[in-house]
Amino acid sequence: MRILVMTKPVPDPAANAERLGANLRLDRAASPTVVNGNDEYGLEAALQLVQAHGGEVAILTMAPATGVETMRKALAMGAMSGVLVADDALAGADIPTTIRVLAAAAATQAWDLLIGGLDTSDGAGGVVTAGVAARLGLPLLSAAARIEPDPAARRVRVQRLSAKGHDLLEAPMPAVISATQALGTPRYPTLKGIMAARTRQITMLTLADLGADMLPIGGQWPSRVLGVLPPPSRAAGRTVTGDPAAQAREIADYLADQRII
Amino acid sequence: MPATLLVVGEVADGRLARLSAEIASFAVGLAAAGGGAVVGLIVDAAPDLAAQEFAAYLPRVVSVASGAVADGVWAPHAAAEARRLVDEGVTHVLASVTNDGRDVAGLLCGGLGWGILANASAASWDGDAIVVEATVLAGKAIARSTVDAPNAIVTVRAGAAEAMELAKSGAIETRVPVGVPAVPAAAVLDRVAEAGAEVSLEEAKVVVVGGRGVAGPEGFGLVDELAALLGGVTGASRAAVDAGWIPYARQIGQTGKVVRPALYLSLGVSGAMQHRAGMQGSQNIVAVNRDPDAPIAEIADLFVIGDLFEVGPALAAELRARRGG
Ligand SMILES: Cc1cc2nc3c(=O)[nH]c(=O)nc-3n(C[C@H](O)[C@H](O)[C@H](O)COP(=O)(O)OP(=O)(O)OC[C@H]3O[C@@H](n4cnc5c(N)ncnc54)[C@H](O)[C@@H]3O)c2cc1C
Ligand SMILES: Nc1ncnc2c1ncn2[C@@H]1O[C@H](COP(=O)(O)O)[C@@H](O)[C@H]1O
Repeated sequence: MRILVMTKPVPDPAANAERLGANLRLDRAASPTVVNGNDEYGLEAALQLVQAHGGEVAILTMAPATGVETMRKALAMGAMSGVLVADDALAGADIPTTIRVLAAAAATQAWDLLIGGLDTSDGAGGVVTAGVAARLGLPLLSAAARIEPDPAARRVRVQRLSAKGHDLLEAPMPAVISATQALGTPRYPTLKGIMAARTRQITMLTLADLGADMLPIGGQWPSRVLGVLPPPSRAAGRTVTGDPAAQAREIADYLADQRII
Repeated sequence: MPATLLVVGEVADGRLARLSAEIASFAVGLAAAGGGAVVGLIVDAAPDLAAQEFAAYLPRVVSVASGAVADGVWAPHAAAEARRLVDEGVTHVLASVTNDGRDVAGLLCGGLGWGILANASAASWDGDAIVVEATVLAGKAIARSTVDAPNAIVTVRAGAAEAMELAKSGAIETRVPVGVPAVPAAAVLDRVAEAGAEVSLEEAKVVVVGGRGVAGPEGFGLVDELAALLGGVTGASRAAVDAGWIPYARQIGQTGKVVRPALYLSLGVSGAMQHRAGMQGSQNIVAVNRDPDAPIAEIADLFVIGDLFEVGPALAAELRARRGG
């Protein structure tokens, strides 16, 4: 089985590493980059699937050429190769363009499952994986909590998170899946994995290689950010100290004042 | 050309989802501001009741009885019906920030190539172009964005508008399904209910949340007890979910549910940015934490410094006493 995982480099959301510049825009240069969290869950699931069923995992990224560094982290986890679509013309690309580019790049590869994240920690649009499925005309199994392929029957089952628990879905392969945290904790790269990642092949593609006409007329993406505001601030609250019984009374008084009890 | 906004409604157990009613009113307000029209879409195996409920909020509802969604995933069928309405002149599609809503938005975006504005909490017009506000980077900032085009897809968050019924219910138009889904629809073999997963955290008036501080699954006994006394629902931080103490369906935050209850009460939650992204819209925030420097103090109305295993039981006793008295 071959599995292609779409991995987006995002500024590290942990430890407040997403630095905002003076204009409140994300300062990507100052923010260390990691593989998007949901993509790592998808990658971990993919690695376990090829361990169980045989085969290989590859990764696909659209990013500036520096994206290679983040891709090495995914290769160190165990992905065997990568495809990076890097093109200056894609700077600031909007979501429909990202979808078209990723779909066109995915179509250059052979795979049984294409796994993306449910959403991203920087953009959090949560639409690209579904968009790629639409471009490719393939079944979409979204919000996966468990993935169970049957390579011989060329079918795949997915537990999809629902409001009540999960729905059990089934579709023929190839299919597109979106990954969630419920798939389980990603492994840490081993030292051996990190060494091996250095020599694994990352194929660089440009828009010309994809042969598709994806650039906006006039060179400007129609989607743009007009401005960024600070979040609404909350008035400073009250601190409650003292012995627990007195604290409990103070909480209850507050709830009564607010007509909650 | 005036805009025509399409609201893609969602149905749960035959009833209209509350979020869909909110988005309907959100769209009605937006159309009134720009002089456009609004239409709602319901796609379900038995759509009648939900379509009627939707029509209380919208001047026009298209209702599609689609047997295929009984045992197939919904989004590819809903996207195909939305696409038909786009072909008939819809200029903007509004979907919910839910797994289903995002799937529809993504499928339509892949097919139409329209720009997407995600996670809107407010919207207005700049000429023909729609402008939305959305929280970005786990709540660190609010971005105002637009698509310089007469068409766009917008995903809308809970709480963007209050659901308001119209003076007169709208017209319902029933249609036969398009029949061809936007992508081949996966089969639904089973719908499994899991203990502890079925909660409407988003709709709860009171949410009591346990974090790593509750120290184990038993600690959620205290959280559940307070939730029951307050008529609320139990939620959790990701640390508690990752530890396996409570199902993922209870997680509040950037990668979990977004709640805006009248009361958010937490025990042993530090208040990381990613957690705040899911609760900072709460009307009242009360946090119990033994660390005076816990970041949740920055946004708590009442910041209770103490051991949750002392304050929690004391609060339960106090609530019980007041209830009895
Ligand atoms: C991409 C990404 C997405 C994320 N999404 C989410 C999300 O959706 N939701 C979410 O919650 N987190 C999310 N996180 C994780 C988040 O950054 C924090 O790690 C998490 O919220 C911490 O949970 P916590 O507050 O329970 O634990 P901790 O940060 O460990 O805090 C525990 C708190 O309990 C207090 N405490 C301990 N014992 C007691 C006691 N006996 N009495 C009183 N107080 C006590 C401590 O003082 C401490 O403040 C995400 C992280 C990333 C990177
Ligand atoms: N530039 C990118 N490169 C690779 N994968 C991406 C990119 N953008 C989005 N994706 C994939 O699409 C998923 C959803 O992204 P989004 O819709 O932007 O939240 C991500 O989790 C990735 O798997």
